[in-house]
Amino acid sequence: MDINIYDFYNKMEQDNIMLSFKGNVTSELLTSVLQIMESKMERLNESNKIKKKVYNILVESLQNLYHHLDKQPDSAPKGHNTVIFMIGKNEDAYSVFTGNYILNANADKLRTKLEKINSLDTDELKLYYKEVLNNGMMSDKGGGGLGMIDIARKSGQKLDFDFQKVDDEFSFYSLNINIPQ
Amino acid sequence: MENLVIEGTPKTPTIKFNPEDGKLLIQGRSIPENSIEFYKPLVDSLESYASSPKEITNVDIVLEYFNTSSSKCILDVFKKLEKINSDSDGVTINWHYEEDDEDMLEAGEDYQAIINIPFKMVELEE
Repeated sequence: MDINIYDFYNKMEQDNIMLSFKGNVTSELLTSVLQIMESKMERLNESNKIKKKVYNILVESLQNLYHHLDKQPDSAPKGHNTVIFMIGKNEDAYSVFTGNYILNANADKLRTKLEKINSLDTDELKLYYKEVLNNGMMSDKGGGGLGMIDIARKSGQKLDFDFQKVDDEFSFYSLNINIPQ
Repeated sequence: MENLVIEGTPKTPTIKFNPEDGKLLIQGRSIPENSIEFYKPLVDSLESYASSPKEITNVDIVLEYFNTSSSKCILDVFKKLEKINSDSDGVTINWHYEEDDEDMLEAGEDYQAIINIPFKMVELEE
C-alpha cells in the first residue's frame, strides 16, 4: 500500500479538520464522537448558542449515517457499508462533511427531497417542518425525514450536497454542512 | 397506577411520571438512535392514565437537546395529553428553554402551534 500518512495529516491540518473517521458507524462510536466534540468546544470557550447548534447538527447528520446502514441491500459490495465524516472549524464557521454510498434509485428520491428543502425560505422551512412532524410517517427507527429539514433550519444555510455516480447500482452521496458562528 | 421513573443517560432524558399527582417531567438530553423504543413506556403509561386522569395534569419539559427522531415521539406524548385535555381541560405544558437558546424556544412554539394544550414558555437563566 502506497500511502503517505504525512500528506494526509498536512491536508487535514490545512483544511482545519478537528476530527475525521472512516469505517462502520456504531451507536458507541457516535456517543464517543459527540463527547469528544463537546469537550473540544468547551475548551475553545464557544458560546452556548454555537455549541448547541453544532451539537444538534452533528447528532442529526451522524445519526443519518447510522440509520442509512440499515438500508443497504445484502447484495452491496463489501466496503459500501462504511462511511466517512469530518468535522472542521475555521475562524468564522464549523463544517461537517459526510459521505456514504447510496443506491441510485434512492439517490433520486433523496435529491428531490433535498432540492425541495433548498427551494424554501426560513418561514416556509418552519411550516414544512411542522407539516412533516405532524403528518409524516415514521420509520420503525424513528427517523421520519425531519433530519435534513432540521439541519437546514439550524444551520441557516442551503444544503450543499452531491451525488457521484459510481456504477449502475450505486452513487456516493456527500453532504457539506456549514455552520456560521 | 404506578409511578414511572426512567433515569437519564448521556443520550436519554430522565422521565418521571406520577399519575397520583398528575405530574410529568422530561428532563435532559433526548438523542437516542431508537427513540420509539425509549418513549414506549411513557406513551403506554399515558394511555392508561387517560382513562382516569387527575383534574390537573402538569407537564414539565426541560430538554437541553433533542434529535428529530425524539421530536416525533414527544409529539406522540403531547397527542396523548391533548386527548386528556379535550376531556378535562386541566393539562398545562411548561416548556423550559435556556435564555439564549432560540432554537429550543422555537421548537416549543412549533409544538404549541400543533397541539391544542396551553403552553407556558419558561425561560431558564444560565
